[in-house]
Amino acid sequence: MRYLVRFARFWWDFVVGDDWTVAAGVAVSLGLTAALAHNDVNAWWLLPLAVAFLLAFSLWRATRRV
Amino acid sequence: MSTSTVLLLLGAFLASAVEMVEALTIVLGVGVVRGWRSPLIGVATATVALAAIVAALGPALTLVPIETLRLVVGALLLAFGLQWLRKAILRSSGHVDLHDEAEAFSRHRAQAATAASEQRAGLDWYAFTVAFKGVLLEGLEVVFIVISFGSAQGRLGLAAAGAAAAVVLITLAGVLVRGPLERVPENTIKFAVGLLLTSFGCFWGAEGAGARWPGDELSLLGVIGFLGLLSFVLVRVLRRQPSGVLPSGAEA
Repeated sequence: MRYLVRFARFWWDFVVGDDWTVAAGVAVSLGLTAALAHNDVNAWWLLPLAVAFLLAFSLWRATRRV
Repeated sequence: MSTSTVLLLLGAFLASAVEMVEALTIVLGVGVVRGWRSPLIGVATATVALAAIVAALGPALTLVPIETLRLVVGALLLAFGLQWLRKAILRSSGHVDLHDEAEAFSRHRAQAATAASEQRAGLDWYAFTVAFKGVLLEGLEVVFIVISFGSAQGRLGLAAAGAAAAVVLITLAGVLVRGPLERVPENTIKFAVGLLLTSFGCFWGAEGAGARWPGDELSLLGVIGFLGLLSFVLVRVLRRQPSGVLPSGAEA
C-alpha cells in the first residue's frame, strides 16, 4: 500500500507539480476547446489565452507565498 | 525538414542536455569519492531501463488514434511545460535561487564521503544506487518528453536521436572537464525547454480537442512568440516585486 501511495505521489509531483490549479485549468481549457469545436466554433485562440492567464495566476500565487 | 520537426529535435536535445548536466553532477559527486566502477554500472543499468521504457511505450502509443494521442499528450505537455516555465520565470526574476551545479557537486561529494560502506552483488551499494536513481529520475523527464514529442508527431526515432546526441555531448564534456558543468546556462535552457513544451502542448492539445490552427504548422511559431513575449513581461514585472528568495529546491 505504501509503495502504491509513493508511486501515485511520484506521478502527481511529476505531472502536476507545485501548483494543482495549473493542471486543473489546463483540463478545463481543453474541455472548453473541445466543446466549442463540437459546436462548430474553431477556438484555436482559447488555449494560448488560457495558458497566459494560468501562468500569470500561478506566479502571482507563488510570489504571494514568499 | 519542417518547422515542427526542427523544434521537436531542438526540444528533445535541450531537455536531455539540461537533465544530463544534473545527472552528471550526481554521478561525479559519488564517483570521485567512492571510485568509478559501481556508479558507472548504476549509470549503465539506468540507461538500459530508460531505453527499455522508450522502446516499450513508443511503439505501443502508435496504436492510439492520432487525435486522441495529441489531446492527451497536449494536456500532459501543457501541465508539465508550465511547471518548467513557471520555475524558470521565478528563477529569472530572483524569486527562487538559481540551480548551482558547483554547490550540488560539493553536497553530493560530502554525502558520499560520510555514507556507510555496504557491499551487495560485488558493488558499493551506496554508489550504485545513488548513480542509478540520479540518472533514472533525471532521465525520466527526458523519456517523457521524447515519447510525447515523438509519438504526437510520429517521429519517435528523431526525438530519441536528439536526446541521445545530448547525452553523448554532455558525457564527453564531463570527461573533458572532469568536474560539474557549472558554465552551462541551465536556467536559460530550462526556460527554452519550458517554452517549447508549453507551445507544443498548446498546439497539439488544441488540435486534439478539434480546433484547427490558421496557417497550420506555422502557427506554432506564433504560439512560441506569444508565450515568449508573455514570459519576458512576467519576468520584468516580477523583478520589480520585493521577494524573499526561496532556496532552489523549494520551488524546483
